[in-house]
Amino acid sequence: MNRAEREAAVRRVMEETPPSVPPELYPEVMRRGGRMLRRRTAARRLLWLLLCAAAVAFFVWAMVARPWVEPPSETTPPLTGW
Amino acid sequence: MRQRQASQGARRAREFEAFVAGAAGRLLHAATLLTAEAPDDNPRARRLLTLALAHTYARWHRLRGEDPYDHTRQYLATRFARAAWHQYGGLGRARPHPDSALAVLAPQERLILVLRLYEGVAEAQTAALLGLPTERVRTICDRATATLLHPPRGPAPAVVPTKVVSS
Repeated sequence: MNRAEREAAVRRVMEETPPSVPPELYPEVMRRGGRMLRRRTAARRLLWLLLCAAAVAFFVWAMVARPWVEPPSETTPPLTGW
Repeated sequence: MRQRQASQGARRAREFEAFVAGAAGRLLHAATLLTAEAPDDNPRARRLLTLALAHTYARWHRLRGEDPYDHTRQYLATRFARAAWHQYGGLGRARPHPDSALAVLAPQERLILVLRLYEGVAEAQTAALLGLPTERVRTICDRATATLLHPPRGPAPAVVPTKVVSS
């Protein structure tokens, strides 16, 4: 028996007695798949929301703190009695 | 916006139902061969297929251009490989049913045999999917073929000469 014949014999063994598809398979798939899809959508929305909140928080902080403005010097002694 | 989403969902459900109607039989047969259960009593194969199909459904709209059958089969195979790895040596959890065609084989041999011969996936593709070298896939496939055609209790010595002659 060469390789092709052996493979054909194995295929024949595997092809016999196919199982029948149960009718409740499709509703179960839809239920699980729909749940998976809803969860993914919710997770994506939550992440976008977090990103937006972080951006807004950063903007507000930057407007209030103005970190790019040079802070007034604190080392020079005050000019008094001149 | 909401209306467009609803119509998109309806179209997805229609397309997916047609896909399941066409592919479920063959995929369930493959899954039953993988789990080595009897054709009329295959709860593990059904669970495996349900998970794989649900995964395909969840990704349906991002699957453009990719074959959904291919995707489902790939998910089924990797999921089975992972489960078989975790249950390796488990006490009787995954004992093959004697009615199954592939009951004499180990889980990895069943997986490779089903992918290579039942589904007709190319050797290199199988190797890439399972993360094995191509030669190893060929070796396991040959060994599984020999075991299946000449079960260990039968005329075992006949396996070696035929292999030498054919290669």
